[in-house]
Amino acid sequence: MPRRRSDVEAQTATAMGWSARFGPNILVRALLIAAVLALFLGPFLTTLSGALDARVTARSISLWPSDPTIEHFITAAEYGIYEYLGRSLVIVGGGLALQITTSVLIAYAISLLHIPGKRFVMALMLATIMVPEELIAVPLGLVLRDVPIFGGSLIGSMWGVILPVAVWGFSVLLLSEFMAEIPKELVEAAKLDGVGPLRMLWAIVLPLSTPALGVVTIFGFNMIWDQYLLPLIAAKDTSDYTLTVALQGLAGQAEASIGTVLAGSFLALLPSLVIYILLQRSMVRGITSGALK
Amino acid sequence: MTSLAERAISRRSLGVARKGQLVMRLKLGSIAWAFALPAIVLALLFKFIPLFNSFIYSFQKVQPFLGNEFIGLENYTEVLTDEKFQLAALHTVQIAFFQTLGGVVVGLGLALLLEGQARSLWFVRTTVFLPVVAAVAVVAEAWRSLLYPSELGFVNSLLGFVGIPPLEFLNSPGTAIWTIIFIGIWSGAPYNMVIFIAGLTSIEREMYEASALDGANRWQRLRYIVIPSLRASFAIVLTLAAIRALRVFTEVYVLTGGGPAGSTDVWMTRMYNVGTIGNNVGQSSAAAIILLVVIGALAAVTQYITRRRSDA
Repeated sequence: MPRRRSDVEAQTATAMGWSARFGPNILVRALLIAAVLALFLGPFLTTLSGALDARVTARSISLWPSDPTIEHFITAAEYGIYEYLGRSLVIVGGGLALQITTSVLIAYAISLLHIPGKRFVMALMLATIMVPEELIAVPLGLVLRDVPIFGGSLIGSMWGVILPVAVWGFSVLLLSEFMAEIPKELVEAAKLDGVGPLRMLWAIVLPLSTPALGVVTIFGFNMIWDQYLLPLIAAKDTSDYTLTVALQGLAGQAEASIGTVLAGSFLALLPSLVIYILLQRSMVRGITSGALK
Repeated sequence: MTSLAERAISRRSLGVARKGQLVMRLKLGSIAWAFALPAIVLALLFKFIPLFNSFIYSFQKVQPFLGNEFIGLENYTEVLTDEKFQLAALHTVQIAFFQTLGGVVVGLGLALLLEGQARSLWFVRTTVFLPVVAAVAVVAEAWRSLLYPSELGFVNSLLGFVGIPPLEFLNSPGTAIWTIIFIGIWSGAPYNMVIFIAGLTSIEREMYEASALDGANRWQRLRYIVIPSLRASFAIVLTLAAIRALRVFTEVYVLTGGGPAGSTDVWMTRMYNVGTIGNNVGQSSAAAIILLVVIGALAAVTQYITRRRSDA
């Protein structure tokens, strides 16, 4: 039976040869996609629905609030959820700004300033990825209590969370790989024109690095927002917690209703959601760049 | 060889007369180091000094106020012979194996299902990726609320429809670890999906056409063209997933804290609890160094294998 050209095209467009025409093939695919969506999106929908449902209990969670209300978001204030959210936002903002700054500076030194001992510097940065953060949590707690060289304690201060996340090898390696691709002629020409290293970074290198900066922003954000043990060990008491840590404590409190917990949960999800929607393409680029190997 | 080439480039790039070149180079070198300094100081303070201390503590009996005492390899032998650490190692390997396997299978399945240019597919992929983006604590609360251990819990009532009796999930030693593995696959597979989709896109379409002309069916195409072409993606995904799973901590810590009855205790949670609740920093440090050596060895082996494969 002669087949139409578009049919052949459709069958070689994907590995599974999904057909674009209506038929049993597309029906199976649609059903599978619906199941996949339910599985991966469902838990977030029930979180939101529970947060908005006046009568929610652990035994009556559903996909749609039976008695819609924003009451849980108001009760959340009684448990200090908005203070925790504020702390989390300050920490992620400060930590990310610092992380991007330090990463850009060192990546520039590695890729364009011919830093002496380049291999050593890169190995140092790679090592910061290889060592799991939680692995050094106990000795890090001791370091935060009495910071070497500088002295003083960071326990109970937001700096105790911000400074340790202000350097991350992933951001450094990704940026230096990207900056190394900047055409040498451009850099040379600027140098001949007497452009100093700092202005070169600001006026030439950074504007050319925006795609990489997008990747670093979303990965850095997720890395900091997902910190769990660090805010825990850097805290003096529970009022120093970030939202993600506080959430756990809230879930353990008998008097806190599940609606309040889910409202807090949704508030903790919201910033990740916003950043992800804004920088979705950077996320995919970051994963497939191979810099994560 | 490369350093020669680099030197030649840098010499040209300096664009100065040979006279005073050394001074110039020293000056440029120190400028470069000044740029690198903030990152290096921070890494030193919050990564390398704790790591170095951890290494030292691992040979010591750490006692605040009394002064630390050198005890040789005692911490290491204690960790390696401790039943709870052995059990934790077993759980870690169990989680690593099944979570890696499940993450790869589900990730590949998602990639095959959701491959394509259509905007609707792009939307589905974006949505499916959400578990990766959400913080572990958020994922934990979402699932905890769904996995309520009575027949009225959300998931249990769904299971009831297909005739499966209610499960205890995180509350019973028999099912807790499998629940953690399931949630780990759920939140890790979409990440693998992205890598697999990138791999699928780079397969030559002519190969599909040729196989279609040869009368190969969908499964033969999958078996003989798609899977072999994805070898590089498999290597990346497996390595990443295995390392990620070996260092599993937050998921377990947040979901069960190692319980019930130690049934989900993994190496990292055990290590952390020994160091904090148990107040035995020396033993905790020895456990940290052991895991670091294992991760290092694993990374070295995969490096070696992938390098040899790319040479061949």
